[in-house]
Amino acid sequence: MATEALVNKIIPFSSVDGPGNRTAIFLQGCNFDCLYCHNPETIHLCVSCGACVEACPVQALTWVNEPEDMSHVHHSDGAWQEKNRLRRGHVAYDFDKCVLCDACIKTCTHGSSPRIRHMTAEQVMEAVRHQVPYIRGITVSGGECTRQRDFLVELFSIARKEGLDCLLDSNGTLDFSKDPELTAVTDGVMLDIKAYGAEDHRMITGRDNGQVLSGARYLAGLGKLPEIRTVIVPGLFNGEETVRRTAEMLKPYLEIAPIRYKLIKYRPMGVRKEYALYRTPDDTYMGKLKEMVIAMGFDAVIA
Amino acid sequence: MRQISMDRVETVRQEIYNTITSLTMTHEQKLTALANHADSLMEVLDVPEGLDELLNVPIEKKCICDLNEGHAPVRPRYIVPDYAKFLREGCKFLRLDPPKDLNEALNSLLIFYKHVPSVTNYPVFIGNLDQLIEPYLDGVDDETALKAIRMFLIHVDRTIVDSFCHADIGPVPTRAGMLIMKAESELEDATPNLTMRYDPEITGDEYALAGVDCALHCAKPSFANDKMFRSELGDGYAIASCYNGLLIGGGSFTLCRLLLNHIADRADSIEQFKNETLPYVLDIMARYMDARIKFIVEESNFFEYNFLAKEGFISKDKFTAMYGLVGLAECVNTLFEKEGKEGRFGHSEEAEQLGVEIMDIIDNFNKNHVNPYCKGTDGHFLLHAQVGLADDVQTSPGTRIPIGEEPAELIDHLKVLEKFHKYFPSGTGDIFPIDLTVHNNPQYVLDIVKGSFKEGIRYLSFYRSDSDVIRVTGYLVKRSEMEKLDRGEAVLQNTTGLGLGASKNCKILERKVR
Repeated sequence: MATEALVNKIIPFSSVDGPGNRTAIFLQGCNFDCLYCHNPETIHLCVSCGACVEACPVQALTWVNEPEDMSHVHHSDGAWQEKNRLRRGHVAYDFDKCVLCDACIKTCTHGSSPRIRHMTAEQVMEAVRHQVPYIRGITVSGGECTRQRDFLVELFSIARKEGLDCLLDSNGTLDFSKDPELTAVTDGVMLDIKAYGAEDHRMITGRDNGQVLSGARYLAGLGKLPEIRTVIVPGLFNGEETVRRTAEMLKPYLEIAPIRYKLIKYRPMGVRKEYALYRTPDDTYMGKLKEMVIAMGFDAVIA
Repeated sequence: MRQISMDRVETVRQEIYNTITSLTMTHEQKLTALANHADSLMEVLDVPEGLDELLNVPIEKKCICDLNEGHAPVRPRYIVPDYAKFLREGCKFLRLDPPKDLNEALNSLLIFYKHVPSVTNYPVFIGNLDQLIEPYLDGVDDETALKAIRMFLIHVDRTIVDSFCHADIGPVPTRAGMLIMKAESELEDATPNLTMRYDPEITGDEYALAGVDCALHCAKPSFANDKMFRSELGDGYAIASCYNGLLIGGGSFTLCRLLLNHIADRADSIEQFKNETLPYVLDIMARYMDARIKFIVEESNFFEYNFLAKEGFISKDKFTAMYGLVGLAECVNTLFEKEGKEGRFGHSEEAEQLGVEIMDIIDNFNKNHVNPYCKGTDGHFLLHAQVGLADDVQTSPGTRIPIGEEPAELIDHLKVLEKFHKYFPSGTGDIFPIDLTVHNNPQYVLDIVKGSFKEGIRYLSFYRSDSDVIRVTGYLVKRSEMEKLDRGEAVLQNTTGLGLGASKNCKILERKVR
């Protein structure tokens, strides 16, 4: 049976999710909770508390089987909630009515979005085919897309047959070495290295980074690590150290395939307001980081 | 020659006085304007009955427009000389021998350009520049060549003071082309306009990406679908003026345009528009163009006296004429409103379908109209999606979607283009300002071009949304020069004034950034 993914958004043409023009598919749900997350509404799954139904100005959100009492609902366990979504009442989303005003996201107190479509790989491909032949491939991002790996395997298998190359945008928590099926249909993984030091990583994301770093080496060894990214946030962690040590770690793999280091300037846009107090790094600092990694043989861009 | 009234003479005399005393025109602009005033007193064309009330009325009623070509055309509108022949054989009239090295070649071209007339009095085509220059680069190092090409391009920009001047590069990648693009990205000048004739199989990614990179610096080159143009016009075609496909060694006698939106105003229903109103105007405009062409060929003596024709740099037999149109979007929307139909051009399959039906009527008419002098294109005019005039109001160029009404997604915008570009061998094009982040990913733009050309799109232009050089409707201007003119200072380029008008009337600074 075809797996349904929770699709937060599909961007038909994207210039920032890998080489060339690509359709980017954003899946809902993440196992990280980064302080500076730029789209925190993709982190948690909707718990159908219903607050957004009233907030929606165009009635794109409606109750299906409205429950009598929702007071006991918490957003603690996404998978459990998702299972219960079908059993009890839930908030339904009408994509065609939606005007993307974000009123629902502003109302949500659960770090989620009700604007989620349940789509099979074939349904997502239908949305992708609309862009062919203007795109060279697709990128699945999130959230953390590898949480829905069954769907990824199905989607990529179809997309590759139709001549599209398939990239993942991941936080690196999936052990690709133990998932040869997904690795085989993935042309490359664009990996976030939030921080090199374990302490910093835990502080930013709430999780360890042992798997992220060993995963990066594994993928680089296969020539399937086209890009790594680090968000530079002055005052939060030592960006220079993370970039330098990450580059040193991956340098030996450059002879297998080139790796692009994307150095992302922290910007407060979209960040939850309690964390939006950090400043954007200046161009001199970013320029220095870029020169450093270029000198080590990486292709580098500042975004 | 027909007589005219003294009232009309007096009006023109006042206009002549205003031109002479203007504070915002350069000397050259005044001379051109004075010549146009003189020409406006002429009445020599044998024009069709019914033309007057379609042509000589205020802009909001005008159904036919002759784009200020004048009452007694002294030359064809667009001239596309065979510069390869000139470099091969030299020119007797100009007393120039074939050049032997790079400096001689560039110098000879610059001299020749000053003697190529057009409706603007400046050349609208200055050659397939990379192919022309390439043979002279043997044994010349990059630094020397770049300096020479740079000076050549500065000379062109400062002396051909009208950005309806076009150079082509590609489809074969050349060292000369790479140097031209390098120089242009640094210069950020409006002239010459530049097109890369692009065929993915011939051009290759490296050359094309250099083109994208250059375009994101200075709004040029644009990309022309080389395969498509070749299939219609043959190998000897050029892109001239804004984006006009014409034959090398020929050109276009004239360009008139239909204002489809105003023609729609005259109809009560879609059926009436298609069966009566439109065909009536199509016929009158075609016969008006016939009359203009007849005068140029039979009476003006241009092909008898001018050295370009006498020495074979152009030939009457390679000329055509451009049957232009604007305002298809507004035309469709007007007709829909008249019939109480929902949907607007660019957002409704049904509205675009009506657009296609209207284009089929025009295309069909043109295929059945014969002009014996359009020998370059089998006795027919070529359809042309005209880019508009600065004083057009609520009239979108050609078949473009009105600025401010672009579909939210670029893909949906492109899918509209796919339906209309095929009709216009003598030019159409769409323009997209691109967000700065694309600088990290020029392949993004190239992927869009590749997809477009597979889907039958003809011609695309891109510029960086914060660029100083921007594409107005087909030609380029410098924003900084428009600001100068807006403050009341005289500026060098004639087209700056047109750009300023278009920025006020046609919302060209408000295009949706992609």
